[in-house]
Amino acid sequence: MTEEEKKEDDVRVGVFICHCGSNIGGLIDCKGLADYAGTLPGVTHSEDNLYTCSETGLTAIKTAIKENNLNRVVVASCTPRTHEPLFRECVSEAGLNPYLFNFVNIRDQCTWVHMKDAEGAYAKAADLVKMGVAKAEKLEPLDMIKLDINQVGLVIGGGVTGISAALNLSRQGFKTYLIEKEAQLGGRLNNLYKLFPHDIDASEIVNRLISNANNPKNLEVLTSTQIVNIHGFVGNYEVEITQNGNNKTLKVGTIIVAVGSSLLDPKGLFGYNGQNIITQYELEPKLKNNQIKAKDIVMIQCAGSRNDKRPYCSSVCCMTALKNALIIKEKNPDTHISILFRDLYTPGTEYEEYYRKAREKGIIFINYDVDRNPNVEENQVRVYNEYIGEDMLIPYDLLVLSTPLVANTDNKVLAQMLKVPTESNNFFLEAHVKLRPSDFATAGVFIGGSAKWPVDITESIAQGYSAASRASTILSHKTIEVDGATSNLPVYNKNLCSGCEICMKVCPFHAIVKNEDDEIEIIEALCKGCGVCGATCTNQAIVIKHFTDDQIMSEILAYGGK
Amino acid sequence: MSFEPKLLGFLCNWCSYAGADLAGVSRIQYPPNMRVIRVMCSGRIDPKFIVQALELGIDGVYVMGCHIGDCHYLEGNYEAVKKYEMTREFLKLVGLDNRIRLDWVSASEGVRFGEVVSKFVNDIKELGPSPLSGDSPDKDLINKVRAIRLAAGSNRMRALVGRERKITEEDNVYGEKYPLEKYKEIMSQAIIEEYERHRILIALEDESKSVKSLASELSVDPSIILEHILTLKGRAQVDFQEIIKNTPIYMRRE
Ligand SMILES: Cc1cc2nc3c(=O)[nH]c(=O)nc-3n(C[C@H](O)[C@H](O)[C@H](O)COP(=O)(O)OP(=O)(O)OC[C@H]3O[C@@H](n4cnc5c(N)ncnc54)[C@H](O)[C@@H]3O)c2cc1C
Ligand code: SF4
Ligand code: SF4
Ligand code: SF4
Ligand code: FES
Repeated sequence: MTEEEKKEDDVRVGVFICHCGSNIGGLIDCKGLADYAGTLPGVTHSEDNLYTCSETGLTAIKTAIKENNLNRVVVASCTPRTHEPLFRECVSEAGLNPYLFNFVNIRDQCTWVHMKDAEGAYAKAADLVKMGVAKAEKLEPLDMIKLDINQVGLVIGGGVTGISAALNLSRQGFKTYLIEKEAQLGGRLNNLYKLFPHDIDASEIVNRLISNANNPKNLEVLTSTQIVNIHGFVGNYEVEITQNGNNKTLKVGTIIVAVGSSLLDPKGLFGYNGQNIITQYELEPKLKNNQIKAKDIVMIQCAGSRNDKRPYCSSVCCMTALKNALIIKEKNPDTHISILFRDLYTPGTEYEEYYRKAREKGIIFINYDVDRNPNVEENQVRVYNEYIGEDMLIPYDLLVLSTPLVANTDNKVLAQMLKVPTESNNFFLEAHVKLRPSDFATAGVFIGGSAKWPVDITESIAQGYSAASRASTILSHKTIEVDGATSNLPVYNKNLCSGCEICMKVCPFHAIVKNEDDEIEIIEALCKGCGVCGATCTNQAIVIKHFTDDQIMSEILAYGGK
Repeated sequence: MSFEPKLLGFLCNWCSYAGADLAGVSRIQYPPNMRVIRVMCSGRIDPKFIVQALELGIDGVYVMGCHIGDCHYLEGNYEAVKKYEMTREFLKLVGLDNRIRLDWVSASEGVRFGEVVSKFVNDIKELGPSPLSGDSPDKDLINKVRAIRLAAGSNRMRALVGRERKITEEDNVYGEKYPLEKYKEIMSQAIIEEYERHRILIALEDESKSVKSLASELSVDPSIILEHILTLKGRAQVDFQEIIKNTPIYMRRE
């Protein structure tokens, strides 16, 4: 930090008002606004630009910084959510610390939403600029936090997702650990018979995956291994594991969660008895061993899913039912098979083909309603058929329930170790369903496969690869820079701290600890800068960088001040 | 001219601010009364920010964050609720509680952002201007609100609100949760006490006073004032100054 940047009474703010073509300039007088900005305390330069983010605009900023010796820059234009990085880079190219830049949103949140009130929009823009300048005056230069990266990947869960991810990482050249709690890799696939689409043997796929996984030298497969605890942060995770009673700590840079899902306990559903009323999952090995001799088979879809308790669609059971029904029909064309469904989920070209084939082979599809669940009686199922307006009785000697995949019961424990969230059904929750589907909000931790929600194998493989490629964006670097706008307990505030530890308890990322000297210490690399600890600290000792009390108060005062 | 409320909104970066941007992208139109301060998470919003804004005569303050369960930092908005509730209860003491509002607006709720802001503008219009706005606001009320800002910032209140979730939502060593209603009762009691104590501190700023004159000035029972004075003495915020006509006079300590 240079002396100039530090001295508050020597603040020289430059304000740049963007027309954004006519997006802003078409409604309000940008020139007038720039002139007004010029009258604000601390502002030594102001101008309006047609497009501030264009080459011309950026050059204007850099030139103004040099010519006017500016040490704070305010741009009033679109939104920081899209353009802050660009302007930060621009000021830093002109030699200014990027955190000495402040954004004022006068387009997305002003001219675009007050198009019929030019006067009101101008007044708002003027206030926002005033507030933006007030905050800018208080801004302090910050350093990005540089972290070393341990270029080793870790994958938790050795199902098809985890194996795919681990293979991908190791083939890219990264040392990779694959942790599986069971004695064997393969997950759910180990107990399946044939796989849709194309009816390949599950065992063939599993064997291929396992032999591939045993190949690369830089891929270490650890079966019968549990995670005990996880510490650290992006690039520097320490994962405690235990294998047959032996504990070990693995040092890794990224973690991929591929723990898959579990089976719903079918007890109490549609008269389940494990004998002639079973689940699809139990049917699979019976098909494999040629044990199915039944003549009348009924399958009930959405058994235990898409209800109040489990509102989601398990997404693989419709296809599983079609697959298994076709396998049976192929072996014994005389078997009567009825599938009772609420909605049939056969997306895409290949899956819909299964449905068509099933109809051709004479499999009967009967639609039922949630409010009128099929009633399982001895040797027959009673189901209300909407089309004929009355109950139908369908005889069975084998009833197969398409029960959903559910979240693992120990997801919560793992989620807590990783500081990542789970959703209401206990599946893992990604950072953003559309923008960041393979990431967690926690840097360095990624997600894929049926740990997130039930998916089929094709999707599992794709998500495994996706998680691996996201992890490799970190692992391919020796160091990484993370946001410097973190929480901080400044030396000059140390005496304020009473050691009450409340900040430690409210921090969602466990970034605050007591060190050996019994002093509060904030681990910047873990801190995400949410600011909760700052708003909470009982003695107001904690400072949230870039959103300090002083900075926020200055905005409030600039607006409310008379 | 009709009354145009002066409003302030605190928006979290990841949901509400993004929702406000989306309103723009979708050209949703709403009245321009609210200025926005962006924070990274609603959990950053310190009660003193809200109270300070009201103290300055701002007619209404809106706090917005991600829907519960959607906070980018997992739990920030849970903390925001607790702080907001405390602030609201403090403001009830001076009848300003209906000038603040808390809402969850997601990044995809651009339309809703426009709706809730419009509604806030209308509701505050109906309420009329803040008694603290204008050129000559009620001095006594300003002092009361200032007392609230300082009381909400006191170590005791911050500790109480900071611990609330741990204590009421998590099992203690005996596997029990402390009942929320009981905790709220303790909070309410503390809110009144700290409010009165900070009013005393403010009343002693310009001149030293007796218990009796404080009691009549603040319309609080003298025995309660005396109790507060003793507590404040214990906290080294107030000191005995002198005896005038058999009456002890107290002064503010720096
Ligand atoms: C009856 C049935 C039939 C199906 N048929 C088909 C089909 O024909 N075609 C198709 O595409 N899909 C089918 N599926 C879906 C398929 O099973 C899934 O898509 C696939 O198994 C998902 O793989 P995964 O790796 O995400 O999870 P899983 O297969 O569940 O693997 C997860 C692995 O992680 C391990 N693990 C869990 N927790 C931990 C932990 N804490 N530490 C270490 N390891 C852990 C587990 O032991 C397991 O090995 C079917 C599913 C069912 C139930
Ligand atoms: S995949 Fe089919 S059976 Fe399974 S929950 Fe979805 S709709 Fe129901
Ligand atoms: S700012 Fe948030 S993440 Fe950082 S230490 Fe404080 S509470 Fe934790
Ligand atoms: S909350 Fe504040 S006073 Fe308490 S331990 Fe943390 S930093 Fe110290
Ligand atoms: S990030 Fe929106 S409330 Fe926490």
